Amino acid sequence: MQRRKFLGLLGAAGLMTTAVAGQAQAAGSKHFEGYPDSFGVLHDTTRCIGCRKCEAACNTVNKLPKPDKPFDDLKVLETERRTTDTAYTVVNKYETSKGLKFRKIQCNHCLEPACASACFVKAFTKNPTGSVTYDESVCVGCRYCMVACSFNIPAYTYNDPITPKIMKCTMCQPLIAEGKLPGCVEACPKEALTFGKRVDLIKVARERIRQYPDRYVDQIYGEREMGGTAWIYLNGVPSPEVGMRDDLGVASAPELTGGALATVPMIVGLWPVLLTGIYAVSKRKDKIAKEEKRQAVTAALTKAAADAEVKLSAALTKAEVENKKQIEVAVKKAVEESAKQPKTEGEA
Amino acid sequence: MSQDTAAGKGNLFNIISGIIILAGLVVTFLRFTQGLGGVTNLDNNNPWGVWIGFDLLCGVALAAGGYTTSAACYIFGLKRFHSAVRPAILTAFLGYAFVVFALHYDVGRPWRLPYPIFVSPGTTSLLFEVGLCVFLYVSVLFIEFTPAAFEWLGFKKIRKVVVKLTLALTIMGVILSTMHQSSLGALFTIAPSKLHPLWYSTYLPVYFFISSIFAGMSMVIFEGTLSHHYMHGLMDKTHLDEADGVVLGFARGASMVMMGYVFIKIIGLVSDGTWQYLSSGYGLLFLTELLCFVALPAMLYGIGSREKNLKLIRWTSLLTVLGIVFNRFNISMVAFNYQLPSSQRYFPSLMEIVISIFVVTLIVTVFRFITTRMPIFYEHPEYAEHEEEPAAHGHGH
Ligand code: SF4
Ligand code: SF4
Ligand code: SF4
Repeated sequence: MQRRKFLGLLGAAGLMTTAVAGQAQAAGSKHFEGYPDSFGVLHDTTRCIGCRKCEAACNTVNKLPKPDKPFDDLKVLETERRTTDTAYTVVNKYETSKGLKFRKIQCNHCLEPACASACFVKAFTKNPTGSVTYDESVCVGCRYCMVACSFNIPAYTYNDPITPKIMKCTMCQPLIAEGKLPGCVEACPKEALTFGKRVDLIKVARERIRQYPDRYVDQIYGEREMGGTAWIYLNGVPSPEVGMRDDLGVASAPELTGGALATVPMIVGLWPVLLTGIYAVSKRKDKIAKEEKRQAVTAALTKAAADAEVKLSAALTKAEVENKKQIEVAVKKAVEESAKQPKTEGEA
Repeated sequence: MSQDTAAGKGNLFNIISGIIILAGLVVTFLRFTQGLGGVTNLDNNNPWGVWIGFDLLCGVALAAGGYTTSAACYIFGLKRFHSAVRPAILTAFLGYAFVVFALHYDVGRPWRLPYPIFVSPGTTSLLFEVGLCVFLYVSVLFIEFTPAAFEWLGFKKIRKVVVKLTLALTIMGVILSTMHQSSLGALFTIAPSKLHPLWYSTYLPVYFFISSIFAGMSMVIFEGTLSHHYMHGLMDKTHLDEADGVVLGFARGASMVMMGYVFIKIIGLVSDGTWQYLSSGYGLLFLTELLCFVALPAMLYGIGSREKNLKLIRWTSLLTVLGIVFNRFNISMVAFNYQLPSSQRYFPSLMEIVISIFVVTLIVTVFRFITTRMPIFYEHPEYAEHEEEPAAHGHGH
């Protein structure tokens, strides 16, 4: 068999996957701090008044369909909402220990986005500006990015039969590229949203906490959650009270899946060796068993022949036999019988 | 008389599968005209439903019989499983082919399914690994299946070439299976905040791989039971003689693997420190899954194989298969998004279920079509067993 060729093929496959997994590892093992000058937004929920002006601006800037209820209808806030394929951002109202609070939701533009790490066609890009954008032209519509995003952000156009796609906030990448502010930030009347370099925003947030320790809980949400996000939050109450999970951990998506990806080259490298080894052993066992059986049969045959010869000569000396054929039959029988015995033993 | 009842059975089967296929075609039409929104209960919070939980996760796990059987026979040298290899390979091939088929319903733009491999590979994604391995493995299974087709068609030369590749294909099959079976579990490692801690574990890939082994073995036993019931006439003497041995061997093997699985699940529980959740409602579900659907059948398999109780083993295989379905459902649906209020949880729509049943019916129909024509349950008279080592069998008459 073309064993060598086959092993060569496997080796090549191993190298390939090692290289591939190597890349994944590069993204997975070391902590990626994000692009140095990337932007972000600081959302200070203590300032938000739930006016929904950001929602309206987002709708206009991104040319999304007009909603059933107008943006100045604040009754919408009575039910908790999430981002959808027609709303990249929504504001929710929460009853908290410090009274009513509002919080805006949109894509957090993670430093190491789970959506991008999960997408098997690289439809997401983490841009140097800090935004995470999506390219519809390669998307298969598997929705694994939606499974992956801990913040439940990506939405899907479920009612589109032919060209369904993922819809999510782009941090107004086209506007940022022109040096303008994102639509929501521009529209906010209360400066509850601050756009800037993420490193600066962290400092601003720290400063606010330092100056008004009673107003804020001592945490910048998003500084480290899921490996860090471009959008960061200041809250007046513990984050779960405004619908933000505090159990997400600080591991980014590539860190979470890196281990599983790293085993790939191990499997590709080790399995063939192991399996061929096992095969060789079982084959050898077969061979030895066969060989032993053969030897036993040969020995038995020799012995039978010798026995038969003794018998024959005995018969010959004992009497003059006229019918030679009779003896031949007897010999054959003897040989067969003695051959049978060790054979069955060998099989047992 | 018995001829009549057999014909009756066949008719009934045809009528029922006819109805299912018709319903499936209607939903297919709706799916590709109304989109997923028109036929499924999926939404933005619940992007994966029963088409992933059953058709993909269970489909792939239960088709693992292909690699376990061929590895047992060709790598571990357990030649007495030889007659079980072909049915297992055929089931695996059909299983995977229909997993891919079912994915066409679930993904938004099915014609782009080759994109991850040929257009824009997203190598950081575990789904990429699943896709690549499944693609390669379907090809391997197809090649492994072809000798039966070639014998049926009488293409001797090319058959011989493929038969020579058996060992290489088997090893390749084991590697690819190890990778994608485990990667399917690893898919969920990216979402620790969504999967209940009792099921979430960094060992998910290991759990998925190990459980695929006994899933595959149990499926071989279970499916063998059905085949013996309905297609007894198609089996040759070797197949019938070896069948009980296969059942006993696989029962013993599955029992051991399942014990090991229970053991590592407990280790995982302790090392992930999640045992404190056991007293919750989800804990009850978890314990049911582990004790009633793994530990219990492991014991029953053990007893069955020791006492050579084939009936017990056959029922146990059904229990094990259901346990695998239960586990995959828990991970992909029941324990997934556990933190959402019940009003936002997912439950499949009737039409989603229709498609899943439709796909299973198609598999059974094609399986019947092939086994009634090609040498699957018997050896083709013109191709003696193990012809590559003719010395081994001095057939005395
Ligand atoms: S919040 Fe979700 S969608 Fe946005 S970048 Fe992070 S993972 Fe992606
Ligand atoms: S739905 Fe599209 S963007 Fe999301 S993971 Fe799948 S292919 Fe990528
Ligand atoms: S515009 Fe500003 S204040 Fe108004 S809801 Fe949006 S973030 Fe809050």
